[in-house]
Amino acid sequence: MSLPNILAIIVGFVLIGGIAWFFWGPRRSGQRASLTSRGYQEAMVLVKGGYTPDVIIVQHGKPVRLTFRRKETAACSEMVIFNDFGKSAQLPTGEAVPLEFLPEKAGEYEFSCQMGMFRGKLIVE
Amino acid sequence: MQISIQGIHCASCVVTIEQALRTTPGVLEATVNAATQQAHVTYMPGMIDRAGLAHAVEEAGYTVSQEPAAGETSVDRADQDRAREYTTLLRKFWFAAIISIPVIVFSYPQFFPGLRDWLAPGSVALRLAWAALGVLTLPILFWAGSHFYTGMWQALKHRQANMHTLIAVGISAAWLYSTVAVIVPQVFPTLQLAQTFYDVTVVVTALVNLGLALELRARGRTSEAIKKLIGLQAKTARVVRDGAEVDIPFEEVLVGDTVVVRPGEKVPVDGVLLDGSSSIDESMITGESIPAEKRPGDEVIGATMNQTGSFRFRATKVGKDTALAQIVRLVQDAQGSKAPIQRIVDQVSHYFVPTVIMLAISAAVIWFVFGPRPSFIYALIVFVTTLIIACPCALGLATPTSLTVGIGKGAEQGILIRSGDALQTTKQLQIVVLDKTGTITKGKPELTNVLAETGFDEDVLLRVAAAVERSSEHPLATAIVDGAKARGLTVPAITNFKAIPGHGVEADVEGYHVALGNAKLMEQKHMALGRLVAESQRLADDGKTPMYIAIDGKAAGIVAAADTVKEESTRAIAALKRLGLEVVMLTGDNRRTANAIGRQVGVDRVVAEVLQQDKAHEVQKLQLEGKQVGMVGDGINDTPALTQANVGFAIGTGTDVAIEAADITLISGSLTGVVTAIEISKATMRNVRQNLFGAFIYNGLGLPIAMGLLYPFIGVLLSPLIAAAAMAASSVTVVTNANRLRGWKPKSMRGEHR
Repeated sequence: MSLPNILAIIVGFVLIGGIAWFFWGPRRSGQRASLTSRGYQEAMVLVKGGYTPDVIIVQHGKPVRLTFRRKETAACSEMVIFNDFGKSAQLPTGEAVPLEFLPEKAGEYEFSCQMGMFRGKLIVE
Repeated sequence: MQISIQGIHCASCVVTIEQALRTTPGVLEATVNAATQQAHVTYMPGMIDRAGLAHAVEEAGYTVSQEPAAGETSVDRADQDRAREYTTLLRKFWFAAIISIPVIVFSYPQFFPGLRDWLAPGSVALRLAWAALGVLTLPILFWAGSHFYTGMWQALKHRQANMHTLIAVGISAAWLYSTVAVIVPQVFPTLQLAQTFYDVTVVVTALVNLGLALELRARGRTSEAIKKLIGLQAKTARVVRDGAEVDIPFEEVLVGDTVVVRPGEKVPVDGVLLDGSSSIDESMITGESIPAEKRPGDEVIGATMNQTGSFRFRATKVGKDTALAQIVRLVQDAQGSKAPIQRIVDQVSHYFVPTVIMLAISAAVIWFVFGPRPSFIYALIVFVTTLIIACPCALGLATPTSLTVGIGKGAEQGILIRSGDALQTTKQLQIVVLDKTGTITKGKPELTNVLAETGFDEDVLLRVAAAVERSSEHPLATAIVDGAKARGLTVPAITNFKAIPGHGVEADVEGYHVALGNAKLMEQKHMALGRLVAESQRLADDGKTPMYIAIDGKAAGIVAAADTVKEESTRAIAALKRLGLEVVMLTGDNRRTANAIGRQVGVDRVVAEVLQQDKAHEVQKLQLEGKQVGMVGDGINDTPALTQANVGFAIGTGTDVAIEAADITLISGSLTGVVTAIEISKATMRNVRQNLFGAFIYNGLGLPIAMGLLYPFIGVLLSPLIAAAAMAASSVTVVTNANRLRGWKPKSMRGEHR
């Protein structure tokens, strides 16, 4: 086998490994929602190519208010869904849309756009 | 009225705004909440309106947020967003399409006789022409295809990948390779390798943009049902203020207002009819095609169409509490939920894009190592084609688009499906449990039979029976009085009324002494009943409640009342059975009555003598047979049973449509809704399966072909251009298939009409 072929195979494997690590590898821990004087655990979420932050940590038993602000026009992200809480919201571009719910049980809950391409996680402690 | 105000920062702001509002003429009370940034204002409509209040707030130095009725905002805004995005995409498509013409011509000069000799392979002229193409395609990368790059970058920051990633990597690879070939062809070992693929960059961008635009427009159509619902709202209401009729915006109608509706006008809000009468077309809310006759005391629903008469009604539900507003909210929530099947899809799409990139890299490496010469070119083509043919969109769109259409379709038919979960489970139901009273039957007794002994007249009998029963409050008594009125009989006055508990009543009517009651009463009065005993038995066997009438000490006849079966119940039960479901009737009645009704409507099984609190238990027993059970009942008494069932269907109770315990609410209150709901569920889930099947097959076949799996056998290798067309077509197909559901019509019930 010639040198370029061997090189190509090595580069291929490195790239594949890199992609697997980059997209599925361990993630840094999420952002904790701040507790406001009104008793809500609040966090702002930016919607642009994904959710920022995409991991939000809250405590159970206290109401949560997440304010989503969508800063893109791609139609994929026009809706955010918290299926486990039966909540969803349309996110018009540029508008701050609050979403409120009460997490009663600890656990990890996914939220995503309607097509499931954008995803984030809510960790309830 | 609630007004949203911007810029409330401190307690003093609150006082200032409250003062400003309270001193405005027409304002009765104003409170401002700094936390919610809202003012709650009680005012006299007619003296001041929303604009006037906003003006007062602005005078005080604050801004009022524009805030139309609930539900309207997000849909309208989403529509505008989509329209804008659509225009942009289409503009980008046309731009790329126009550029693609010279790019294709000069990329393949060998196919054009005039150019063939002039731009020979390896000539300086060809190299210059290619360089020009490279410059020409720059705006494609920087404008027409820029959203692929921004989309990829934004996702990468979240360590996620999407369709944009695939397209961006694909078109960049093609462009970079071409540019290297033009600028430094000497890096390639042979001249053959110094090729350009600018056409790939341009055509792929054009086709994918076109696909996205078409998909966007088709997706907009999936939520047409909810737009139609919102559009039903009447814009103005004619309200009586200080004795005069004034037209005001519907948002300003208050609970307790008297609203006037003329023929051909829409009812603006929910309420109770005060005077006048009319027939109202409620099909837009209940799905019931026959207009409803309304008399004083009847409920009227906002957004329905008044047809013949004029009437006045008292508003009972306004703003976000109206049936229409609740329906819109429920439908939106349901369309925003996910069917259980989507969870699997979500898992797949999570791994989809990175996997595709890995596959593309592997395919390129394999082609480079084992492929025919020029292997580098083949490797590049395979790499780009694999990236571009993969379509995560088709997969992602498959479920939500069908769901949106299906749930919207339900709402059009007066069927509110709570969630994707409910929609999917409904399809799997094996048993439907029907509560008898109020579901199969009308829920209140009606006069069914009048039987006169020889020598007595039926009408006379009914007249005197109604007369003595008028003072009684028993539901059976009401049935007899109403029955007499329905036959146009005038009910005479009575004297010496006496109720005998557990037996019946007696009184003097027009000089006769009349006794009305059960067999015990007759026995007590030593009355000979003769053939009436057998008749009474027969009526009881039919599930009716017979009562004897005696006039002046002689048995005169029988009147019977029963909770009558709704006209469409038998038809609906037959349709349910045709759909392959077992139909069970649940009732508190004694076995004989229950069996009689059960036979009449044709249910498979009758469960009688069930106490109200045991209904949920009965549902559970059926579930223990291993069956998926649907329960149909009212939303008040049957709540535990509805919750226990796999799918709870609540029969509508007028304008209160948001029944918590129900997975599905049937606004019209007719059993045919259950049939339609099951049909909608089946049609929608079939559509979802078609979409998913299509998306999986497309990707499952497209990817290996793009990777060149067919090449060793039949020498077929896909062009990236065809891949782009296929990818664009696949997501458009999925959405179009979902839109096919919009033309869906209920089948089973319609067939029965013929």
